[in-house]
Amino acid sequence: MKRSRWGLMAGAAALAAILLAAAQGRSADTVTIAVTAIVEHPALDAVRDGVRDELEAEGYAQGKNLTFVYESAQGNPATAAQIARKFVGDGPDVIVPISTPSAQAVVAATQDIPVVFTAVTDPLDAKLVTNLEKPGGNVTGVRDTAPIAKQLALIREILPNAKVIGMPYNPGEANGVALLNMVKKEAPALGFSVVEAAAPKSSDVMAAAQSLVGKADVIYVSTDNQIVSAFASVVKVGVDNKLPVFAGDTDSVPRGAIAAIGFDYYDVGRQTGKIVVRVLKGEKPGDIAVQDVGTLQLFVNPGAAKAMGVTIPDAVMQRAKKVVQ
Amino acid sequence: MSHVALLGAIEIGLLFGLVGIGVFLSFRVLNFPDLTVDGSFPLGAAVAGTIIVAGGNAYLATALAILAGALAGLVTAALNLRFRILHLLASILTMIALYSINLRIMGKPNLAILNEATVLTPFQGLGLSNLYLRPLYAGVVTLIVAFLLIRFLASDMGLAMRATGANPRMARAQGIDTSRMTYLGMALSNGLVALAGALFAQMNGFADVALGTGTIVVGLAAVIIGEAILGMRSIRLWVLGCVLGSVIYRIAVAAALNSSALGLNASDLNLVTAVLVAVALTLPGAKNPIRALLARKGSAGKSPS
Repeated sequence: MKRSRWGLMAGAAALAAILLAAAQGRSADTVTIAVTAIVEHPALDAVRDGVRDELEAEGYAQGKNLTFVYESAQGNPATAAQIARKFVGDGPDVIVPISTPSAQAVVAATQDIPVVFTAVTDPLDAKLVTNLEKPGGNVTGVRDTAPIAKQLALIREILPNAKVIGMPYNPGEANGVALLNMVKKEAPALGFSVVEAAAPKSSDVMAAAQSLVGKADVIYVSTDNQIVSAFASVVKVGVDNKLPVFAGDTDSVPRGAIAAIGFDYYDVGRQTGKIVVRVLKGEKPGDIAVQDVGTLQLFVNPGAAKAMGVTIPDAVMQRAKKVVQ
Repeated sequence: MSHVALLGAIEIGLLFGLVGIGVFLSFRVLNFPDLTVDGSFPLGAAVAGTIIVAGGNAYLATALAILAGALAGLVTAALNLRFRILHLLASILTMIALYSINLRIMGKPNLAILNEATVLTPFQGLGLSNLYLRPLYAGVVTLIVAFLLIRFLASDMGLAMRATGANPRMARAQGIDTSRMTYLGMALSNGLVALAGALFAQMNGFADVALGTGTIVVGLAAVIIGEAILGMRSIRLWVLGCVLGSVIYRIAVAAALNSSALGLNASDLNLVTAVLVAVALTLPGAKNPIRALLARKGSAGKSPS
């Protein structure tokens, strides 16, 4: 009996320590920014780092006058909802949810704390705001609607004879499906037709890419989180079958895509950080229009192109912001 | 942990208490390991969300969500009983089928239910802020369900269902139609899980096809934590234990979210949650204080094992 009581007290003390440790006070001239994402992956992590770096560039230093909190829901929407409640309870100056489900959970949890969402493809469809120009209320942000037409034009420029675009996507991801539909809409104007390959799980991505061999002239990987996270397997299929692989995000170019014109998600974070600073300086989120990502960049990877039997034209090489060696 | 975070944990814990009760019914009462719940939870969210967004009444939408969940349970039971597929596999088949079906129902992977009239809307004019209204609502619904289930399990039909799980051969010898009991229990179980999904979606503003990830794990955790704390001596304590276990699980998640001061990262969340739950389960050891108290009050001497 005695032993178990000591054990119980030790456990209670450990729990209390965790709870108390979290409840440290903060001084009045410190700002707190709470950031959350549905899952951890390179692009979303780059957004987070961009937000933090922009704040630091504006003179908010971590450990001095900035408390920067980050939580990942590790892919679980119920945890996302709990993170939203935790943030609302902590009362930060601004909450920055990255990705659609995280943003919805945060917007459902507060009408008071300013919310600056980011990396959301369609904030109107996600009902985060009802008006992009003048969102009203406590919510604004940055949407990362992909520059699909420019990406398809890039593929056309590098592969003048390609006819069929193969597109692996995750049918379970809002973002992935929206992008597939956008590609289908834009493709005919550039003389492409689209073949889709569904990959509901990461382990299906390889098979989905292989199913495109012989059916497609080029594989295009959009910013579908699941396909991007298993990008290496798509590249492998591309190299083995001399099937060119293009990406929708520049981060995938060093990972083996031939080229991509897109956002650097780090820049998306910096842009989001600028809005956060405006809110910190007293502007109302509801008065700030939802922004599209400002700068597009072209990354090329001549090594990957060679491995997949493609030569990148000089005109494209010269325009490239970054050439991956 | 802040007040709001604690109330949020209690609210989500109470909602997942319905999942706990559902898993208790299949896993403990019927002895049927059922993974359908990973699909029936988002199914409830999808059905209720789609009807609400289309302008339907939230209560009707929630009722239809329960019905859809019950149907999913019946499919798993049929695959097992009629087509002789192993129960685990039968439930996995229904679960993966539901993934596609949920996508069909919503028409897209994520459906926003922000700013729609939900089950909470009729109560929002009563001067209670959402902060308290949501956990209160979740608590009332879950406790009503728990109460009804306790009553049901004490009825003749409920006893027949318990006999079906405990000893099917004996149950059949007593004239109990064990397949009918399994169908009924699986329908009830998944109907409750779908109810939890429907309420979760309405209270958190979205239905998402990924909503079901790990539902079974959370449900089992709720059942087992409840058993560790309140024991299994009576059906009443056992069912209430599922609700309590679910709330404790969510408080552990909330505590894990507050562990950054200890040098832990956001990526450690699942690990910290698992450790906290394991600590909660093992620390009290054999002499659980709550159980000891109940044992002293109840039948003398005989300690449950």
